[in-house]
Order: sequence, then C-alpha cells, then structure tokens
Amino acid sequence: MSSQHSVKVVSPEQSAKARMAILRRLKFSDVIFENLAKAAAYTVLLLLGGIIISLIIGAWPAIEAYGLNFLTTTRWAPSLKPQPILGALGPIYGTLVSSLIAMIIAVPVGLGIAIFLTELCPHWLRRPISIAVELLAGIPSIIYGMWGFFVLGPYLAVHVEPQLIAFFADVPVLNAVFSGPASNLSLFNASLVLAIMILPFITSIARDVFTTVPPVLKEAAYGAGCTTWEVVWNIVIPYTRVGVIGGVMLALGRALGETMAVTFVIGNAFKIQSSIFAPSTTISAAIASEFAESGGLHQSALILLGLLLFVLTFIVLAAARLMLKQLETKQGK
Amino acid sequence: MSTFTPPRFYNSRKRTNFMAMAACYGATLFGLTWLVLILMTLVVNGLPGISLALFTEMTPPPNAQGGGLANAIVGSLMLTVMGVGIGAPIGLLAGTYMAEYGRHSQLTSVIRFINDILLSAPSIIIGLFVYGAVVVPMGKFSGYAGALALAVIVIPVVVRTTEDMLLLVPNPLREAASALGLPRSLVIRRVAYRAARAGLMTGLLLAIARVSGETAPLLFTVLNNQFWNVDMATSVANLPVTINNFINNPDPNWKQLAWAGALLITFTVLSLNIIARVVGSARNEK
Repeated sequence: MSSQHSVKVVSPEQSAKARMAILRRLKFSDVIFENLAKAAAYTVLLLLGGIIISLIIGAWPAIEAYGLNFLTTTRWAPSLKPQPILGALGPIYGTLVSSLIAMIIAVPVGLGIAIFLTELCPHWLRRPISIAVELLAGIPSIIYGMWGFFVLGPYLAVHVEPQLIAFFADVPVLNAVFSGPASNLSLFNASLVLAIMILPFITSIARDVFTTVPPVLKEAAYGAGCTTWEVVWNIVIPYTRVGVIGGVMLALGRALGETMAVTFVIGNAFKIQSSIFAPSTTISAAIASEFAESGGLHQSALILLGLLLFVLTFIVLAAARLMLKQLETKQGK
Repeated sequence: MSTFTPPRFYNSRKRTNFMAMAACYGATLFGLTWLVLILMTLVVNGLPGISLALFTEMTPPPNAQGGGLANAIVGSLMLTVMGVGIGAPIGLLAGTYMAEYGRHSQLTSVIRFINDILLSAPSIIIGLFVYGAVVVPMGKFSGYAGALALAVIVIPVVVRTTEDMLLLVPNPLREAASALGLPRSLVIRRVAYRAARAGLMTGLLLAIARVSGETAPLLFTVLNNQFWNVDMATSVANLPVTINNFINNPDPNWKQLAWAGALLITFTVLSLNIIARVVGSARNEK
C-alpha cells in the first residue's frame, strides 16, 4: 500500500463528506457540459436566423425603393442621379443559365465517373481515383478563377468557341445561342469552370449511393445475361434514383452560389444576351466585384441580391437533403 | 442438331454496352485531366516565384521589384487559427449534443437539416452576414470580422463530422462507462471522444482545409493590408485577398507573387485534404 493511504486516518463521516463534495462537483460539471452542448446546438439555429435577419435588414432600403420591380428590371445603373436604377434580372439570368449549362456538362460526366468507379475500375485503382476526383473539390475557388482567366478562357476563345459558332451558324435558334464573337470572358467559360468544380460533388454522392444497391439485385441481372450497361441502366440507376437526384441538386446548390471562380471569368456585364459566348454576371459575382466600393442604395441592392441567392440555394439544398433522406429511410438507416 | 446461333440483337446490345462503358472511361479521363491541368498551371507559373523571400519579405508596392508575402501568410494563419479556434469548439459541442444528448429528439433533426444547408450555403452570403452583423456595428473592417466569417464556415463542417463520428462509437462502450458510475459528461469526454478521436481529427483538418482557401467571405470583412499588421482589430493582410488583388493587376512582379501564393495555398489545402483522409482511413482499418 502506498504511504498516503496509511498516514491519514479519516472518520467515516469525513469520507462520506468528501465523497459528497466530489459527487457534487461532478454533477455540477455534468450540468455545465450538457448546457454548453445544448447552447452550441442552438447556435447553429441562431446562425441561420441571424443570416436571414441580417440580410433582410440590409436589403430593406432596396426592397422599399424598388419592390417587385427589382426582379423584372434589367438595367443596372448604380451611379445614376438622383436615384440609381437597379434591377436584378441580369444577374438572376446569369446565375440560372450558368448553373444550368454547368449541370448539363457535369451531370453525365459525374455519373460516368461514378459508374466507372463502382462497376469498371480495378479494385486497387478505386481509392486513388476517388481521391483524385475529390481533390478537385479541395482546390480553392479563386484558383479555378485564375486558371479559368489565364489558361482556359484564352484557349476556348481560340480553339473551341469559333468552331462551335461556325458549326451552328446555319442551325436556327442554336445559331443565336452559339453566336460570335468568341471572347475570353463569357457565360460559357463560367459554366465550364463551374462544371469542373461541381463534378466531385456529383461523383462522390453518386458513387456512395451506387454502392448501396444490394449485390443480389445486380448479380441476378448479370446472371440473367445483362450487360454492364443494362445492369447500370435498369437496376442501379432506378434503385438509386432519388439519391442521385439529391446529389445533383446539392451540386446545383453549389453552382448557384459559387463566387470567386465565376467572378474571374464571366466578364461582369449586367445584360441578357442570347449568346452564351457573351459576357454576363451572376448574383455572387456582382456582389463580389461591387460590394467593397458600394454605398447607400447600391449596397442595399447588392444585399437584396444576396438575400435572393440565399432563398434560391435554400430551396434547392432543402429539396436535395429531403431527397437524400428519403433514400436513407428506404435503406432503413 | 443445329448449333446455337445468337440472335442478331445480341450484337447491338454489346455495341451499346461498349459505347456506354467507353463513355464512362472517357468521363473519368475528362475529370482527371482538369486536376492535372490545373496543378500543372500552378506549378509552371508559381514555382519561379517560390523563394525564401516569399516567406520573409512584405508585400511590395506596385511596380517595385522583389518582395514577398510574409505579412499575408502570417495574416492568413492568424485568421485561420482564430476562425477554427472559435468555430471548432462550438461545432464539437453542437455535434456532441446531437449525437449524445438529443439523439432521437426533434430538435436534433431540425438542427441536422439546418446544418446541412449551412454546410453548402454560398460563402459570399456568410461574408454579407458578417458585414451586416459585425463590420457595420463596429464601423470598420477588422481581422475579428474575418475570423468570425471563417468560424461560421467551420461550424457546420465540424458539427457534421462530430455527429457522424460519435454515432459510430458503439453503445456498449458508453454503457460500460456508465455502469462504473461515470457521469454523462465524463462518459462523453473520456470514452466517446477518445473512441472517435481519429474521426474528430479528420473533421478538424477538413475544416481547416475548407477555410484556408476561402476568399469571398474575406473580401468585405477583413479587406486587406499592404503592411505588417498583427492587430486583429484592424484590416489584416491575408493570402486569398492578396492573390485576388495582385492577379488582377498588370504589374508582372505582383502577378508572379500571386501565382506563387496560389501554389502555396493549393498545396497546403490539398495536403490537408490528403492527411485528413489518411487519418480517417487509419481508423477504418483498425
């Protein structure tokens, strides 16, 4: 026995008291910890509330001044006297169209990679390739912007856009969409950069939901003589449809709000033009490039744009989460 | 007896399959090409600018020679440390509440839903939020505002991983500890946290990686600073905004510094990502 036990002789009352003191202290720290945890959990809710309230307060002057006209006006003249004319239609159009084109490119490619990873790829290559694709999501947004501005844009303007313009020159409707002149800064460039950026989100979710398909289902189809493609198309995709759509919506939410990369390559023009090779702007790009120098009604209008973007992404992301959740319930998780 | 001849449509099915599978290979190649191209561009443009001076000298005035990014690197480190320092404990506690105290409560599912939305919310909105909530009342741009903006981005990342990792801790561990008479908070801190340590680390690293490249929320919260400044109550130099300002300038010296900074940031972020994965998978293999 160690000496400290043998030296001190305590009466039963004393030891009971000491035990009570320790228990009280533990109980106290227990209550503190639980309440801290609860407070932190409420902080998450407060954050969302805080974001919405702060945006509404900031946007209020612009809501009062423009009302619903804000949504239907294309003109963006912040320095006009006595009152600037500010309309959100240009940035809203740019945001929706750039995200749409990005999805058209990224969804098939992202799903293709996911199919490759789950059905075709040799086992030892799976992890390296998944990590490489996911690293695309780790590259900071501003780096995509710089690369898009200095490398991709100039390349597209010389080697891709003129060819597309010439190719569609005689096709009605499409010749308006693909019309010249080719430029370094355009809606199309922004869409392509966005597509690359959201690719990893689609791939990683699609891969995760593809692996939830019970092997028995696939084996049965293979056993019946299906080709790999038929198994993917008739078994894997129908089984995971909700999850795939959820992943796609999640990526859409990202694309809508992406800022720095788009700011670099879209050209910041508050116009609606039919050609996707023309410069445009998005909500987030408009905020990023003008907010620091803005004041008064102009600043308020930019915050109102931010509020619109937040509402838009909130709806898309909420729908995505609900869909992914539905798939989880189906699996009994 | 005639031998079996495959019906003609077998060929068309095979052809479809071949084309679809070729497209999948193509898609993978397409995706990986971008990664290689972007990293190559960074190395080619950034490597000539990497030198000791980059880490020891201040950002130069326009149209000067030399200089480095020392103030921006230190500023970025301070912002990241402070942002993670504020955000990670809150995220950890919130995640703990969701996984340990309120595992089946209605509140938890509401918070999880809200948190998932905050996780993917556009970072520029968070910049606007902090501008309205901190910069306007304080009357000036400051390092604190920037750190808070980063903290708002860190919180959902840490909440998510904390909850996920704590849910993976087997319940018998908790029951055994409780049976020994440990109070709830100690069961969590001494048993659950320890069992989930690798996963919690992964979450922290991913959060650091996520905020170290963030530019948009810093644009109008900290702004930027040309000079050496460690006073967080005023504008602090930081790498992302410095890169953003330097790259958009015709000065070749600034441009070179911006590329070097970009290379630095990207490799830091990608290394953090890879380390996080290694830490995370070390746990899985146990």
